[in-house]
Amino acid sequence: MALLTKEEVQALLKKVLSYSKADECEVNLNGTDSANIRYARNSVSTSAKVSQTQLAVSSAFGKKLGIATINEFDDASLEKVVRRSEELAQLAPENPEHVSFLGPQKYDEAITYVPETANITPRLRSDLVAESLKVARDGKAVAAGFLEDNNGYSAMMNSKGLFAYNTSTNTNFSITVRTEDGRGSGYATRGYNDVRKLDTKRATQIATEKALKSADAKAIEPGKYTVILEPAAVAVLLENVFFRLDARQADEGRSFLSKAGGGSRLGEKLVDERVNIYSDPLNPELPTSTWSGDGRPQEKVSWIEKGVIKNLSYSRYWAEKKGVKAVPGPDAAIMEGGTKSLEELIAGTKKGVLVTRLWYIRDVDPQSLLLTGLTRDGTFYIENGKIQYPIKNFRFNESPIIMLNNLEELGKVERTVSVESNQNYLLPPLKVRDFTFSSLSDAV
Amino acid sequence: MKRRDFVQLTGLGLGGLLLPFPMMGNSVSPEALLEIPITIAQKKQLADVALNTAKSLGATYTDVRIGRYLNQFVSTREKRVQGIQSSESYGVGIRVIANGTWGFASTNQVTTEGVNKATTQAVAIARANSKFQKEPVILAPAPGYGEVVWNTPIQKNSFEVPVSEKVDLLLNANSEAMKNGANFVSSNLFQVNEQKYFASSDGSYIDQDIHRIWPTFTVSAIDRASGQFKTRDALSAPMGMGYDYMIPKKEDKLQTPFGMTLYGNSYDIVEDAIAAAKQAKEKLTAKSVEPGKYDMVLEPNHLGLTIHESVGHPLELDRILGYEANYAGTSFATLDKLKSGTFNYGSKVVNIFADKTQPCSLGAVGYDDEGVKCKRWDLIKDGIFVNVEAIRDQVHMIGQKESHGCCYSQSWEDVQFQRMPNVSLAPGKESYSLAQMIKDVEKGIYIAGRGSYSIDQQRYNFQFGGNVFYEIKNGEVIGMLNDVAYQSNTQEFWNSCVKICDEKDYRLFGSFFDGKGQPSQVSAVSHGSSTSRFNGVNVINTARTI
Repeated sequence: MALLTKEEVQALLKKVLSYSKADECEVNLNGTDSANIRYARNSVSTSAKVSQTQLAVSSAFGKKLGIATINEFDDASLEKVVRRSEELAQLAPENPEHVSFLGPQKYDEAITYVPETANITPRLRSDLVAESLKVARDGKAVAAGFLEDNNGYSAMMNSKGLFAYNTSTNTNFSITVRTEDGRGSGYATRGYNDVRKLDTKRATQIATEKALKSADAKAIEPGKYTVILEPAAVAVLLENVFFRLDARQADEGRSFLSKAGGGSRLGEKLVDERVNIYSDPLNPELPTSTWSGDGRPQEKVSWIEKGVIKNLSYSRYWAEKKGVKAVPGPDAAIMEGGTKSLEELIAGTKKGVLVTRLWYIRDVDPQSLLLTGLTRDGTFYIENGKIQYPIKNFRFNESPIIMLNNLEELGKVERTVSVESNQNYLLPPLKVRDFTFSSLSDAV
Repeated sequence: MKRRDFVQLTGLGLGGLLLPFPMMGNSVSPEALLEIPITIAQKKQLADVALNTAKSLGATYTDVRIGRYLNQFVSTREKRVQGIQSSESYGVGIRVIANGTWGFASTNQVTTEGVNKATTQAVAIARANSKFQKEPVILAPAPGYGEVVWNTPIQKNSFEVPVSEKVDLLLNANSEAMKNGANFVSSNLFQVNEQKYFASSDGSYIDQDIHRIWPTFTVSAIDRASGQFKTRDALSAPMGMGYDYMIPKKEDKLQTPFGMTLYGNSYDIVEDAIAAAKQAKEKLTAKSVEPGKYDMVLEPNHLGLTIHESVGHPLELDRILGYEANYAGTSFATLDKLKSGTFNYGSKVVNIFADKTQPCSLGAVGYDDEGVKCKRWDLIKDGIFVNVEAIRDQVHMIGQKESHGCCYSQSWEDVQFQRMPNVSLAPGKESYSLAQMIKDVEKGIYIAGRGSYSIDQQRYNFQFGGNVFYEIKNGEVIGMLNDVAYQSNTQEFWNSCVKICDEKDYRLFGSFFDGKGQPSQVSAVSHGSSTSRFNGVNVINTARTI
């Protein structure tokens, strides 16, 4: 089905609600057109174009809830999905934590939609890939990459009068370039709402440069090092903090934000006072939806301010129980940075390690948020303000909380993409002391 | 389900969730899952439409997959049900070779018109992509099998068991865990049924009915005074079975010499929940490990993940060739190491094989998703690297003539590609029990169940945690340990394998959501082994204070 305008969506959702016989009914609708091109060994391997639309109906009888979904939109199908959700609700056990749906809300106008991205042509897509391939081939290197773009809308309406609608576009690009002999590897990733900002040629040049420069890596002893983490490396560490801001987990005593003796560490200073982390749906560099999936407005929220845990996210049930505002979890996160470029951070470093990217990040201990993973695609030794030589990759064991206490400097913020979750963030490169590398890896 | 969906499912995702957990299709009533929307004869008719249309458009090869993918998910927490989800995803995927290039298209319109349209689209995509193609696709031959049927040999269809019975079982397990000292418990039951019909221009018409099940839970114990919390997960494994896995049988229970119960081809969730609550509490006061070298005694439900990461993945031919370089990575197990015939992947006792026919395993099917009959083959023989995992369009690159039969797609709407088969460590040939193994260890650690895992993109350096750890001293288990993770290098680790218990100890580990590809697809895979001993492995202490 083609992407629907606000008016078309409104008419469709009203029709769905008109079939409802439940105490309360809520309808969510999502539609996306997406396309991707994947390449490896300097040649395109797969490409696809996918259109998906899904309608979900939630019907509630008292505290019994049933949810049904459908991807057909004729009148009979719409009535069928409403009936099905009602049948499922009648069969469901009572959920004591069910909270009545929200009434009408006021939302800011989102800035997530860029027509140029929505109107990407197959030609532009293949040109973007061709430019990337040319850089790698000219550099006598081997490229593997992935380009995807999405154009979609989401909407919701319920029997209590709430209506929300948003359109958004996004494009993500990642590129790994390896030397022909496999001894060097480089990487770059980019994410934008506006495809005009995407420069696949420049990103591939950076990855190629890193690949060529990272061959002949020397082994240095594992241990504690001052590191400069590029934003793509910062993303995969810090998102483990962003993902775990849930108040209930903390209150229940099973989060790194739980406090000895009970309760959470909300309001406590946990990290360096230069750390400020917030979310803002209207940030022009990283816009997100102005409402969350359950209809709550998404507003600018400060999560960590001057190193202090300023806010936690709440489900509506937990907020009601605790008598606080039900702040939804963020859709993206922004960390304030400094003014220095990556090059300036390197220039000010006596001894250290430059990390392009981190890989295979997993929890080791949720109590301390200890994470493990490895460096990848460009790890270099810095001495006297200059990159001296490539070094072999390391495994690290480090907690982002400990890391944010060992902060030396913050660089200039840029938009980056997490290779683990595909989420986009605005993050600075970070210079951190005593980062724990625990063993060497032969991987290139 | 994509990893990021799974991350959200486990409550770690960003942002508001539209649904309590991601849908893997359209939600339907549990009864609707038992309906049969289309007969085998009707599937054959539709498949022939695609085969004929593609041929008339100039395709030199075509395969059709008519798939109905059913999922049911029951989720509970303490005394309440968090969600019950039954979903169905139904459609057709058509893959062709035209101009020597692959083309793929799919549709949820399972009609003559829908199939015709998708076939035409697949041929058009193949022709459009052929301008990027450097060399034409070369398919290893696969015989046409005619009309055949293969079904997972289940004793009890999970989808026929009333949801209320499943809810009662999970809530009972939760209640027993709470009675035995748990502060929190969440439990889940995943059930999958893939009804797949495959037809190809090679003359195969294959109807398959595949079942999988995974009961699991996490028990948490909390010491509020210190702010410490510990968890113990279920010691179940996802299995290629029906609801029969949920009915405990005496002969499937293994007792360790130190009082733990482990499970084979059936599972006792209530008994395990009680044990989990006690162990989670015990963890709160267990000794923190002294870092250093230990002899590791690794139980199958733990070792399976190590096999998965350090053998299963590096031996995927598409990774070795560089097709996964931008995401999952490449491999240290290069073709020159394979060709040499002398590469010591492990010690002489290490025999690792791939087997898509292993009963009760997640990867067991009669035929793969490109119509190749499944089989067993050796990957590592007496410690030597002897073969890889390959499918029809790549196996010629290593000079072999026959696909290994490990092609898979997560649904009708995604294109099939090389996925890991079940990869297992053969049991020791001599009679040798876990009790004997422990007796022989002076300074060691026993690990059961999966924990934290991470490995580099070429599969050299890895680090694994576990679910429960016990210290072994002078041939005896002396108590529980905390904060254990071991780090090693694949070749070094498998060469430190000195002993493997016999077949009486052999069990399957499984992974329901192994991710690969861009866009990412999941697949389910099992790894069998017997408890094995690895000497002198580096153990680190993972405790930190923040």
